Amino acid sequence: MAYQPVLTSHVNEPSSYTLDFYLKNLRGYEGLRKALAQKPNDIIEQVKASGLRGRGGAGFPTGMKWQFVLKDTPKPKYIACNADESEPGTFKDHVLMERNPHLLIEGCAISCYAIGAKIAYIYIRGEFFHVQEILEAEIEKAYKAGYLGTNILGSGFDCDVYVHRGAGAYEAGEETALIESLEGKRAQPRLKPPFPAVEGLYNCPTAVNNVETLCNVPLVVLNGAEWFAKMGPEKNGGPKLFCVSGHVKKPGVYEASMNTTLRELIYDHAGGIRGDRPMKAIIPGGSSVPLLLPDQLDIPASFDSIQKAGSLLGSAGLIVLDDSVCMVWLAMNLLHFYRHESCGKCTPCREGCDWLYKLLQRLERGEGRDKDLDLLFGVSNNIVGKTLCAFGDAAATPVLSTMKLFRHEYEAHVREGRCTLPADWRAKAPAFAGAH
Amino acid sequence: MSFHPQMEYTPAKFHRSERKLAEPGEPFTYTAENQAKFDEVVQRYPPDRRKSAILYALYLVQNQLGYITAAGMRHVAEQIRCTPAEVEDVVSYYTMFYTRPVGKYVLNVCRTLSCALLGAERVTEELSGKLGIKPGETDPTGTFTLMEVECLGACDRAPVVMVNDDWHEGLTPEQCSKFIDDIRARGQSAFTGCHLKKEGPAKAGPYDRK
Repeated sequence: MAYQPVLTSHVNEPSSYTLDFYLKNLRGYEGLRKALAQKPNDIIEQVKASGLRGRGGAGFPTGMKWQFVLKDTPKPKYIACNADESEPGTFKDHVLMERNPHLLIEGCAISCYAIGAKIAYIYIRGEFFHVQEILEAEIEKAYKAGYLGTNILGSGFDCDVYVHRGAGAYEAGEETALIESLEGKRAQPRLKPPFPAVEGLYNCPTAVNNVETLCNVPLVVLNGAEWFAKMGPEKNGGPKLFCVSGHVKKPGVYEASMNTTLRELIYDHAGGIRGDRPMKAIIPGGSSVPLLLPDQLDIPASFDSIQKAGSLLGSAGLIVLDDSVCMVWLAMNLLHFYRHESCGKCTPCREGCDWLYKLLQRLERGEGRDKDLDLLFGVSNNIVGKTLCAFGDAAATPVLSTMKLFRHEYEAHVREGRCTLPADWRAKAPAFAGAH
Repeated sequence: MSFHPQMEYTPAKFHRSERKLAEPGEPFTYTAENQAKFDEVVQRYPPDRRKSAILYALYLVQNQLGYITAAGMRHVAEQIRCTPAEVEDVVSYYTMFYTRPVGKYVLNVCRTLSCALLGAERVTEELSGKLGIKPGETDPTGTFTLMEVECLGACDRAPVVMVNDDWHEGLTPEQCSKFIDDIRARGQSAFTGCHLKKEGPAKAGPYDRK
């Protein structure tokens, strides 16, 4: 049987974002009603039983995360929804918030009830201003209809949901950096422990969850943990949004279960490679994960299978690369990103990203030397594991992964003094190269 | 910049601090409307955590002035009840705050992998040639500022350009010249906007590229 989308079933309809549509066609706020009739702890148990794993990148079980939130404390508790979707190649939360915002609002309310919070802050990236406008208007409607505010649905439960606009920082997607940014500081990570579940926002217990994760919560409550778990491989249950971009015919967000293989996603859902060229490699989970080769694509696109294959599902942002892509250029492009976005708190990452970028630029210009390859390797390995957050590991990954799989291209750059690929989409370095 | 013994550097390559003092600017206060907006938003946070509203407060300054001056930062510090240094700390971190005057249209071209694979470098080059400015510069008439930004989160419609708070998607290098002319002629209506919002029913889902 073909997979029936549940998160994005109606996103193509013009009014799918409205409250009326949500109530009529998507059993809107029934999950909240059902949740409020149960004990908060039962909700956490259900989410645990469903095996829902965080959709932001790490794949940590959501129920466990909630259970770690301190129970016996006089302090208020908070939900911080991570809508700072900045991982290159990822654009799934964008669709959910713009076309199905009430699912997120309901998810926030249920999650607040489950952990005993009264306020959920949705931290949305500054670039998503048009999404924020929709989200705020729909939150307003949810307040008016009594799904948010005080004494929700006569249960005595109070909950507020606020949108907090970021201002352009990839690092704000890291959970402790997000909290710092919510507190009005630079988005720089904190030392863990204490984890946010113990001391998060305003030093109070906080659960930081991704948009897609929270959108799954009403589905779990409504349809039961078993329904959710059965939808995919063991421990990888539930619907999943995959973002396919790069050299494919039909880039876009595709909803599937995690039984779907990577090859199906690329060739069936996204229509295959543009111009029917051969595929060179894919990045399966946003720019921060190792590459996979075309012969590794017949595995389910689940957290566990992809990890077994040597990469990570991450944020499920599949970037597909055809044979025209130069891997040194690719690493350079991504290191420009990481160099720019490094928050500067930890020295290995701040200095290392800059150094790696400069080395890659030199190779790409054709001025690389033999020893530069060892240097790249050495610098990368001195970033990995030596930083407060996972950014450092992520930044070194494009270099380490391309060097492992395509070392011959690096060597060719040094030997020939130029890029050896006939890269027709990038015939020359841009005229402004070196301007930054 | 690194001082590792293996890192080559000469005086010319020494890193020089990019910190520039903010422009002092004219004395600044919020308009009554902006003050009301700020007073409302600051209520969303606990009373002793006014600093959480700092990003919002800075957006208000930027909307009012076009960019953020030292006087604007001082005003925000008074509103938040913190020091001006704390405000500058935040302003200098986030990329969406401008401390110099920018053009009426700020063209932020996404340059990260998915967009770059589909020619974002060429797009910047074309725009740069058409406007006669380099990335980071504003044209003499003050109409356009060209910038390169990192992933905007719309990789399926690459290459993407964010213009102020609006988007233009799927901008190919060949369309750049016309794109600029269109903006000059009809302003904001030249943008495609986010496909999810504007195209609505038929095209909101995955689509076939021409």
